[in-house]
Amino acid sequence: MRIGLVLPDVMGTYGDGGNSVVLRQRLRLRGFDAEIVEITLSDPVPSELDLYTLGGAEDYAQRLATKHLKQYPGLQQAAGRGAPVLAICAAIQVLGHWYETSSGERVDGVGLLDVTTSPQRERTIGEVVSQPLVEGLTEKLTGFENHRGGTILGSAAQPLAKVISGAGNRAGDGIDGAVQGSVVATYLHGPCLARNPQLADHLLSKVVGELKPLDIDEVAQLRRERLAAPRRV
Amino acid sequence: MIGGLVALALDKSVLRQLGEGRRTVVVTGTNGKSTTTRMTAAALGTLGSVATNAEGANMDAGLVAALAGSRDASLAALEVDEMHVPHVADAVEPAVIVLLNLSRDQLDRVGEINHIERTLRGGLARHPSTVVVANCDDVLMTSAAYDSPHVVWVAAGGGWANDSVSCPRSGEIIARDGGHWYSTGTDFKRPTPQWWYDDANIYGPDGLSLPMTLALPGTVNRGNATQAVAAAVTLGADPAAAVAAVSGVDEVAGRYSTVQLGAHSVRMLLAKNPAGWQEALSMVDTDAGSVVISVNGQVPDGEDLSWLWDVNFEHFVEKPVVAAGERGTDLAVRLGYAGVEHTLVHNAVEAITSCPPGHVEVVANYTAFLQLNRTFGRSGRG
Repeated sequence: MRIGLVLPDVMGTYGDGGNSVVLRQRLRLRGFDAEIVEITLSDPVPSELDLYTLGGAEDYAQRLATKHLKQYPGLQQAAGRGAPVLAICAAIQVLGHWYETSSGERVDGVGLLDVTTSPQRERTIGEVVSQPLVEGLTEKLTGFENHRGGTILGSAAQPLAKVISGAGNRAGDGIDGAVQGSVVATYLHGPCLARNPQLADHLLSKVVGELKPLDIDEVAQLRRERLAAPRRV
Repeated sequence: MIGGLVALALDKSVLRQLGEGRRTVVVTGTNGKSTTTRMTAAALGTLGSVATNAEGANMDAGLVAALAGSRDASLAALEVDEMHVPHVADAVEPAVIVLLNLSRDQLDRVGEINHIERTLRGGLARHPSTVVVANCDDVLMTSAAYDSPHVVWVAAGGGWANDSVSCPRSGEIIARDGGHWYSTGTDFKRPTPQWWYDDANIYGPDGLSLPMTLALPGTVNRGNATQAVAAAVTLGADPAAAVAAVSGVDEVAGRYSTVQLGAHSVRMLLAKNPAGWQEALSMVDTDAGSVVISVNGQVPDGEDLSWLWDVNFEHFVEKPVVAAGERGTDLAVRLGYAGVEHTLVHNAVEAITSCPPGHVEVVANYTAFLQLNRTFGRSGRG
């Protein structure tokens, strides 16, 4: 299995590359062959990989990434044939119809998600807990968010989860993320799969079929600690 | 510190008054502030008495306390938090500002990196007569200094290029060719350095070349030393005397020092962000003994520990590690997915005593480091 780590040179503000490591290791620990393929700004985006992950970015870097993904539409082709795509934080914005930068400029997105994004009045920062709304996901999601952009879903995109604490897509809306076709997006940034193994296995099972359980004590302990942590900021 | 806070509340111009009549060097950047300030103070010490915030208290209260504590010193070396540089510079009118490097650091607290660069650039624009000693290997610091009329460029090293793929002045890609870099969007490129270093020497203007052997470990500290020497020479220090002074610095607020804890000798390294971690891990001597890594997530550390996944812990695959600290579980999960054999002992002192007797290398982030330092303070320094 080949996991595409898309544009880590510009989209990886908060250790987002960790998601590809978690995915690879959860396959290897079960005896699968798995490798990470890094796709940088110097490479065209391949369409034949099995799964793709994208991370967050700041304004300039986000714009470079958007331009590159539109110029080399391998990701769109892969999503079109059903390859799972995990989009973290600013990647939701990049994959949407358009996003507005903090200076008010509107940038056309890749168009894989029926979402649009505009700056919120203030950044939303802190621990998030949410209850997934997607079939097959039963465990609460836990993560950290830090974003200015507020995202609104159109009718073709479904929310990933109902927010229990934190902001999610936009302060006050009570939902986080987007699911559309094979794309799963969330504002739980950085290595969100480290805390949410069920979501990791959910993405993997779309490629390799049903997976046998993989319980890691320290991951369970981390979930208990973070689900109990109050939102401070 | 309390004295500093009270003084500020009494008179907001106190920093200005305390800064008057001194030649001040302000040192800022994501990593190396405390070490470079310590080295700059040592080098300036060859010229006269120096006021300095030696304990790393780098916001207003700490600066006031440091300056008020040395009223007679004609020179000052001040470590200043990046976002505080503009108003501190307005108050103390520094003779020199040293710009080290900018990389992501506690993003939940201090904001995005391009914003910090623009803040610094704006602050420097109000001080055209100040000499800026800037690291030309760091794209963001070069951008902050680029418009200043008096810049001394130092090739101090740029190990962490991850935050400068995009040009801070045009948004286009920064192209790299060996050590050189240039923007593909505007006329912005690596300036030619007046100062640089290699494994043996420091090099400066007019063919200056001097052997430099530091007491502190790591290539990154050779870069810090070169910027400190450049700053002191700008203020008239003799280069050879300045190099000798920075070379003698062997400990910075407990960092790099080795202390005895029962049957264990413990060397302490501090790391606060991905770039700092990568540097600190490169200084860890895995042959010397055991390794303890201690991570907290308090407000000064940043509550968001996502950066653990930007650090290349795969470095330790040959060596078991003890994960410690209030957020030791986050670290343990990271080490597990990195394939690093490890144990988890949250209490850092117990983590050290869990190691076989002998030497222990400890890497800790800010509050984890302070907690351990306080413990060692109570048990007596070795």
